[in-house]
Parts: sequence; structure tokens; C-alpha cells
Amino acid sequence: MSEKVICTKGIYPEFPRKGPSAAPAATHYCPGCGHGVLHKLIGEALADLGLQDQTVMISPVGCAVFAYYYFDAGNIQVAHGRAPAVATGVSRATDKVVIAYQGDGDLASIGLNETLQAANRGEKIAVFFVNNTVYGMTGGQMAPTTLIGEKTITCLNGRDPLTQGYPLHMCELINSLKAPVYVERVAVSDAKNIRNARRAVRKALEIQRDGKGYTFVEVLSPCPTNLGTTSVKNNDFINNEMAKEFPIQNFRDNSATAEHVVRSTSDFSKEKLDAMFELADIPAAIAHNTANFEEAQVKIAGFGGQGVLSLGIMLTQAAQAADMKVSWYPSYGPEQRGGTSNCSVIVSAKPIGSPVVYHPDLLVAMNRPSLERFKNDVKPGGTIMYDANMGDVELPVGVKGVAVPAQALAEEAGSDKAANTIMFGVMLELGITQLPEAAFARALEANFAKKPKLIPLNLAILEFARQWVRKNVK
Amino acid sequence: MATKLVKGNTAVVIGALYAGSDCFFGYPITPASEVLHEASRYYPQMGRQFVQAESEEASINMCYGAASAGHRVFTASSGPGISLMQEGISYLAGAELPTVIVDIMRAGPGLGNIGPEQSDYNQVVKGGGHGNYKCIVLAPNCVQEMCDMTMLGFELAEKWRTPAYVLADGVLGQMIEPFTFPEKAVTPKGDNSWAVCGTAETRKNLISSIFLDFTQLEEFNTRLQDKYARIEAEEARCEEQQTEDADIILVAYGISSRIAKTAMDVARKTGLKVGLFRPKTLFPFPKAALQRLASKPVTFVSVEMSNGQLLDDIRLAISCQRPVELVNRLGGNLITLDQVMDKINHIAGK
Ligand SMILES: Cc1ncc(C[n+]2csc(CCOP(=O)(O)OP(=O)(O)O)c2C)c(N)n1
Ligand code: SF4
Repeated sequence: MSEKVICTKGIYPEFPRKGPSAAPAATHYCPGCGHGVLHKLIGEALADLGLQDQTVMISPVGCAVFAYYYFDAGNIQVAHGRAPAVATGVSRATDKVVIAYQGDGDLASIGLNETLQAANRGEKIAVFFVNNTVYGMTGGQMAPTTLIGEKTITCLNGRDPLTQGYPLHMCELINSLKAPVYVERVAVSDAKNIRNARRAVRKALEIQRDGKGYTFVEVLSPCPTNLGTTSVKNNDFINNEMAKEFPIQNFRDNSATAEHVVRSTSDFSKEKLDAMFELADIPAAIAHNTANFEEAQVKIAGFGGQGVLSLGIMLTQAAQAADMKVSWYPSYGPEQRGGTSNCSVIVSAKPIGSPVVYHPDLLVAMNRPSLERFKNDVKPGGTIMYDANMGDVELPVGVKGVAVPAQALAEEAGSDKAANTIMFGVMLELGITQLPEAAFARALEANFAKKPKLIPLNLAILEFARQWVRKNVK
Repeated sequence: MATKLVKGNTAVVIGALYAGSDCFFGYPITPASEVLHEASRYYPQMGRQFVQAESEEASINMCYGAASAGHRVFTASSGPGISLMQEGISYLAGAELPTVIVDIMRAGPGLGNIGPEQSDYNQVVKGGGHGNYKCIVLAPNCVQEMCDMTMLGFELAEKWRTPAYVLADGVLGQMIEPFTFPEKAVTPKGDNSWAVCGTAETRKNLISSIFLDFTQLEEFNTRLQDKYARIEAEEARCEEQQTEDADIILVAYGISSRIAKTAMDVARKTGLKVGLFRPKTLFPFPKAALQRLASKPVTFVSVEMSNGQLLDDIRLAISCQRPVELVNRLGGNLITLDQVMDKINHIAGK
């Protein structure tokens, strides 16, 4: 590539980032390239609008990869196609003026998703899109914007819609979205078009200055090098052929009615964080004797909706209220979707190793499939609590079985959803977990903290279950 | 001291918030999704920025943007998403940008399943994307450390201007344990000497990973390697239990280290001299501590939910001076106590 001087407002007077050069104020762009013209328009607008101290310019991958050589503003160079995502990050973090400058391979091919999604979110960013119908940097391959019949190095006979599809119309695509504030297609192919482009560039940057939202300006631009033509002929190509496929026009201008989009400011205070996590009123631990505490490994299993996971949580809450070491680990994901779920709870006086229970001291089985799946894993001398509504069951020898009519008792006690609270009460009364009584009540209070009306009911159900044990279990 | 029951994935978000992170960008994936859910709940309440990105490529590039502006930013994902992020992570390393990436590992390759595995080890610890770079990798093994190491991740990422991972697995992400909230909340100072923030004082700055000149890029790469060497010298962390008199040393990180710990306790009761070595940083790998242990005639056992990925690093660290055996499970299965005990007994000749 040969070089051409574009020194102007908003552009550095010399380009040391280019490295040592015989022509320190010449760009790396080819003669007749549209990038230089667009740089000039953006630089001028940034300077005239006084935005250089509040602007972040994002250079893409493509011939404009070195845009940061030139723009006298904060500069970030990014990966191929990702400028709108990076721009989103910068904009959300800083709420400053952010510009994503991109070519057609970058914006409309590899980065199409980021392009559309950022536009659809209405990010406060200005996208300047150079449509030169080819991949410039890599040697003129076909781009999404290549015209039908146009020859490139990867469509030597001209773009054939049957195998290569049709030109992608980015303004039209963006204009199908609700969020964008401003969408316009311009060209830099002659003086009149450049004047028009200057106006559009300014407009987009004014909208950014005013924080109103997403703007998209497509610029039909010459790449004489890869179109294998002269600058003059390339400009004719733009005016006569490209403009037919890609009409030069304004698609949308909501700038008059769009309002300043306000972004929140971060609060870093510990007070606010502690309040958000409700740390103020954590009750003190319930004292109890743990001298002879034997680690209790519990498996709870049943249908989704039987409160299996939350029974595990309640037990975990009880253990924590008693200042024990405790862990809860659920079956997660699709397994739950299949209808059954289970969780492991370990209560211990010592740090807990693996949180997964393979050989439980206590199995709580809320339905038959769960009982069948886990009953043979229970430790010799262990206990299986299961819902009596399963009818006759066969249990392994050396294991104590407790048939609890959990669902029936719950209904009798006033809630058809509280079979798990019944099981919780039975657990307490049987003393399997060795946790103090007060811890169980505390667990119910914690578990229903968001629905305080249910606390007295569940405390009553807990008591109901304990009485049932005293009467029915030896 | 405020203690509550908290899920591992939630602890990550708590850590990030108390560490002064003000931007989160992420995309759903089991078993990491709760990080996204909790961030969406808590970040806006604190006036901080949350965006559900369109993909992991977008999340990591949003991180690149916020990190370029000097903000404390983080994202979380699992295997398939981490794979997609690799290009962006390479760019972060190349542009020397601090970002915290949380990987709640699941089983692969491909879509695999959502069960726990530790098979992202190589892609996370060895660089993973293109180029000569490494990221700091912290390996928690309990809910408390999910928070504490996330906080540490922000500090180290900023100190060394490099991406830092918190590498955990489905079990650690999904489990609940008692958890003590951080004692202090950080208000980030933000070092604007290098960042690009859209301000007068940062107008001159540039974030880029381009060095067209081969010699310059070689120099930059050499400087990166120097940085990694200093990180290795200063930041290696590990935990040792009963290694002094051990004949057999179990080496494990994350959830596997807890299974190994139980095995050690059981083995000790039977009179076997078993110890536990737990790397808390995977890069830097705690080589010196491991080399010291290798000076005695011990047998190492790598206890991992991957195909010897950790084992390779143990061998490298001790220059294959001692035998290193493998106990592993794959596919979403956890290592069982029996499996580790069998290996221990086998080595002990029982
Ligand atoms: C992931 C990735 N793939 C491919 C490339 C190679 N690459 C560099 S520039 C470019 C094309 C850019 O073309 P365009 O966006 O049209 O911009 P122009 O050069 O025409 O201005 C490509 C494919 C890359 N840098 N990164
Ligand atoms: S190859 Fe085309 S787009 Fe690239 S600098 Fe040259 S003329 Fe411009």
C-alpha cells in the first residue's frame, strides 16, 4: 500500500504509533481508499463537538485495524467482529461516547450477531460501517455486501446468488429493530456525497454526546486496490451500481424525541451490601453438646414438587442454626426435569469431605422409584423413612424402616403441601440427626422467612409429626 | 462475623460485589447459571452494570471493554462457553487486561453433560487460546473459598494486569454450605495510568495487542514470560495436610481434594501414612512445595476428574522423580472414597 496524508482536526498531526516512517504524517491506507475520508469526517466532528476528551474509539480487524494510529482520542483495538460487544462493555462501564468503526467482513459477517444484538439493546454507541463490498485487508475476498455479479478473488466469475446468496443490507436489517435512534446510509464517492456524509457523522456523534442511544451510519466506500480499478472508476461504481443495491438515504432519525438514557451509578458501600444480603439480624447459634456427635449422612429423594430439595435445605438450616458443619448438594439439571430429584445433606462436627452421600445413615424416600434406587445404599444399622402410601415395600436386612403416612398426615394437619415438614418432624423426634429441638424450629422460620404466615402452620405440623412418632413408632 | 447458608455460585457473586466489581456480563449455561442469575439480581440493586450477553464470545468481549476502561469486571461460564471465550481471553492476555473468569466445570468433550468434571484444566491452566500466555488460576474447594478466591482473583488480576480464573466444578457451584460474609467491601481505585476511560487524562492511552514488528513482538512475549515467572515466584499457593511423614501423597484440587481428604483420614486410621497436597493455585502451579516433598521416597496419587491433566503437571513439577499414580472418574461421575482407598491400599501393598 502507498500512503496519503489526511492530517486534519481530531486526527494526530503525526502518526508515531505507525513506527519509524519516512512520511510520519501519511496514513497506511491506499490512495483513493474511503477509510481516510471517513476518518477525516469523524475526526473533524469529534473536534468540533469538543468530544475528544470523552470519546473511546474502537478499531476493528480489517484495513481500519490501525485506526488508533490516527484518532486523537482514547483508543482500543479489538478482535475481529467483536467491536459492538467491546463497545457495550466500555459504554456500560464509563457512560462516555463510544465509537465502533468496522468494515463489512467485520460487521456483517463474523460480527453480525454482536452487531444486531448491540443495536437491539439500543446500546449508547455510534457504529460507523464501511461498506466497500470486499474484505480489504485480506486481499479482496467476497464480503456479505458483494454485489451480484461482482468479481472477487473468491467469486472469480462474479457473485452467484444460487451458491453465494445475495448482498446483505445492513441499514435495512438494523432498521427492522425498535431500539436504534438513528440509521442512515451515505457515501464518500464525490463532493456532494461527502458533504452529506459529514452531516450524518455529526448527527450520530451529537446523539452520542446527548446520550440518546444507538446510531448506525453505513458508508459506501471505495477500495480501488481490491476492486482492481482506479479511484475515479470506483467512485462511479459506488454512485451507479452500489447505490442501486444500497440506496443512499436516511432510514430513521428519532433524535428529536429520543431521551437521554440514564445509566445507574455504582454503590460500593459495605452498608448497602450488608443490607442487601440482610446481614443485620442473623440470630446467634443454638448451643448444644457436640462431644459425641457422629457425622450424619442423609439422602432425600422423591418427585419434583414433593419438597425434596427444600426438606434438605431445612435440615441444612437446622444444622447451621446449631453451628454444625453442614453441606447440601442437589441433583441438578435435566435429572430434575425427568421428575425425580434428590439431595445429599451431611451434618458433622468436623470439616466435611465430599458433600455427596453414597451410603446414607438416613434415607428419606418420598416415592417408590426413589426408594428402589437408593435403599440398598443405606448403611447397615441405618434408617429409611418412606411414605406409607407406597404400600408394601421390601427393605434390605439390617436397616430400620419407618413408614410415615407423610402426605396423609400433612393433609390432616392442614396443608397438602407439607409432607416434607412431616418428614422433618419425624426426623427430629427419631433423633437421627442429633440436632437440638430449637434448631428445627429455627430452620422452619428461616425456610419460610419470605412467607411468614406459613411459619405457625409449619411449626404446628412439626409438632403433629412428633406426636405421631411418639404414638406409632417404637 | 455474619454467617449464612449460601450456594457456591452465589458466593462467587458475593465475592465479586464485595471486591468492588461493577460490571458483569454473562450467558446462561448449567451448572454456572446461578452466577448469572444472582448477578442479575444484585448488580442492578447496587447500581452496577449487568448485561445478559448474546453469547460467551460477546460476554468476554464486553469484559474486554469494561476492563479496558479500568473497571473490575467478571464473567462466568462452563466448558463449552469457556471454549468460546478463548479468543477473547487471548486478547485480554495480549492487551494485559485484568478480568476475572469463573469456570464451573462440567463434563465434556462436546456437549457432554452437565455433571461435574475437571476436564477444563488444560484449556484454563495452559493458556487455551492462541499465543504464549497464561492466566492466573485459583482453585477453591468450598463455598467460602468460592467467594474468597473470587475476591483474590480481582486483586491478582489487577496487580499483574492479566486475566485470572476461578476454576471450580458443578459440585462446588451447586452445593450449599455455611458461609461467612466478607469483613470489608472494596471501593476500587482504578488505575487510569493505562486505561481508556473516555477522559482527558486517558485520551493518550491505547489498549491493543498488536506489535507488527517481529522483534518488538518477541520482546513483548519475553516480557510476558518474565511476568509469568514473577507470578510463579510470588503467587503460588497450596495447602498441605500430614505430608511430613507421608509415604503416599494424594494430590488434588477443588471438589476432588475433599474426597481425597476423607480418604486420607480413613487411611490414617488404618495406620497408613497418607498425606494430602492441595494446589490452591493451578497457575502458578506450586512446584517448589511439591519438589520438596519429592525429595523423599514417596508415591504421589493424582486424584482428579479428568484424564491425567493434573497428573501431567505433577510429573513436570517433580521432573518425574517419583511415581505418580492416577485415580480418576470422567463423564460427570465423582471419585468415590472406595476408589481412592483401593489405590492407597494397592500402593501400600495391602
Ligand atoms: C478470527 C479472525 N479471522 C480472520 C481474520 C483475518 N482477517 C483480517 S482482516 C479480515 C477482513 C476484514 O474485512 P472488512 O471487515 O471488510 O474490512 P476492510 O479490510 O475491507 O476494511 C479478515 C478476515 C482475523 N484477523 N481474525
Ligand atoms: S485495501 Fe481497500 S480498504 Fe484497504 S486500505 Fe486499500 S483501498 Fe482501503
